Amino acid sequence: MTTVLAFDQVWLEYRDKIVLERVSLNIAEGSFVSIVGPSGAGKSSFLRLALGQEAPTRGDILLDGKIMPAECGPDRGVVFQRYSVFPHLSVLRNVMFGAECRAAPFTARLFGGARRRAAEEAEAMLAEVGLADARDLYPADLSGGMQQRLAIAQALIARPRLLLLDEPFGALDPGVRRDMHRLILRLWREHGLTVLMVTHDINEAFKLGTRLLAFDKRRHDPHAPHRFGATALYDLALSEAPPEPDGITIDREVNNPERVIP
Amino acid sequence: MRWVNVRPGRRNALLLGAMPLLAILAAYLFAAAMRHAANPSDKLLPTPVAMATALRGLLLEADPLTGRIIFWADTLASLQRLGIALGLCTASALLVGLVLGVLPVARATLGGLVTTVAVIPPIALLPILFIVFGLGETAKVALIVVGVAPFLIRDLADHVAALPREQIVKAQTLGASSWQLALRVALPQALPRLIAGLRLSLGPAWVYLISAEAIASDVGLGYRIFLVRRYLSMDIIIPYVAWIALLAILMDVALAQLSRRAFAWAHRA
Repeated sequence: MTTVLAFDQVWLEYRDKIVLERVSLNIAEGSFVSIVGPSGAGKSSFLRLALGQEAPTRGDILLDGKIMPAECGPDRGVVFQRYSVFPHLSVLRNVMFGAECRAAPFTARLFGGARRRAAEEAEAMLAEVGLADARDLYPADLSGGMQQRLAIAQALIARPRLLLLDEPFGALDPGVRRDMHRLILRLWREHGLTVLMVTHDINEAFKLGTRLLAFDKRRHDPHAPHRFGATALYDLALSEAPPEPDGITIDREVNNPERVIP
Repeated sequence: MRWVNVRPGRRNALLLGAMPLLAILAAYLFAAAMRHAANPSDKLLPTPVAMATALRGLLLEADPLTGRIIFWADTLASLQRLGIALGLCTASALLVGLVLGVLPVARATLGGLVTTVAVIPPIALLPILFIVFGLGETAKVALIVVGVAPFLIRDLADHVAALPREQIVKAQTLGASSWQLALRVALPQALPRLIAGLRLSLGPAWVYLISAEAIASDVGLGYRIFLVRRYLSMDIIIPYVAWIALLAILMDVALAQLSRRAFAWAHRA
């Protein structure tokens, strides 16, 4: 399989505190990678590196074989737990934002036919995530689940090489979360996405992922806990075939965590 | 029921709010009547009739020197100074505040300067402004700008810089450049904050206006009340102060309405 994103001996340090050490891994195209680990184990730092929001202290991050600049770009889409939609734009305008930035460098606004086409495309995307009826609402009028649907639509319409999810369903009710799981799996299969998802929910990680990375420190030094960084301690292939959205039995969810502990 | 849970309805709230105002009015009328009973030519607490008579002169008779109706000439002059100054404040706050909020390099370069200017008491700069700009309109407008703009700039820059990091990152992953980020993400979210800042600045702006007019002017609401103070003309000062208060309230209400109409998204609960 083609590698979309590669980490080559990546270290991330803040002064003398080592956050990540010796992270080396390849993310294959079309995979759904779940990232779990205790708080402070560098999951979010890993995602920020992949996003380009931060630069590694040492090592290289390669996107499609080329060294990735430490800046966010349209080839990597992102959905955060909160605040990833624009509160001052209607649902439709939120989804059109990417197209407007791409097509109109100076005004960042589209007019006439171009605007109609962008709006049609955005409406199709909204229909895909189930927000067709909400196009004229503002994010403040939406529930948490609907806001996340909007954030996903907004990211997907830019057709990123890589979709990064930072605890995207962490703030949602269990029922809503199940709907969102179904949605993200469907979109993943239909759009052939490559997904990196950080989550606190171990069940979610096993249910959605085709691969699971568990981040933690290799060593704990009680006298200098900050001198050892975390890395992808466990790297499990969960399933070759994409999981069916609803075809997951309780057994798999319960059995798999036991396999994690060697 | 506990007192903390007693909430007045809409009508009762209005009634309660009007009570202290009416009480002060009643107390004034009573005191004025008492003083006039003791001394019919009392000047300290003029009766409403005396105030109306004094105002009539300013409202209906043209000033023999300029040929203008003094009350309206004063109002116009003051509002013009205030309007020009607040316009300049708004423009500079938008420009500088947005740049400071969006670009960390600009913040590092100019943030200290803005903070330094903001801590200087504007009235202390008034002599300098009079010396530099002369005693005309420029110095008065400049005083208001010097007093209000740094506050607005800092408020706006802080607000923009405090926009959730997630939004800024998200916009970049959607392909937005620095310019597009400023134009489409920062500016629209800064505008309601700017209006809120402007509403808070109205009070200080009036203070600087009246101060400048009191010291060197030949027309204006502040000039007039300080002029007639020499003759103990409370019958003019009190209606003028009430008129200034009314103008300030109207401006505040207009700005609040503007914000609610133009930026409805910012006023959702």
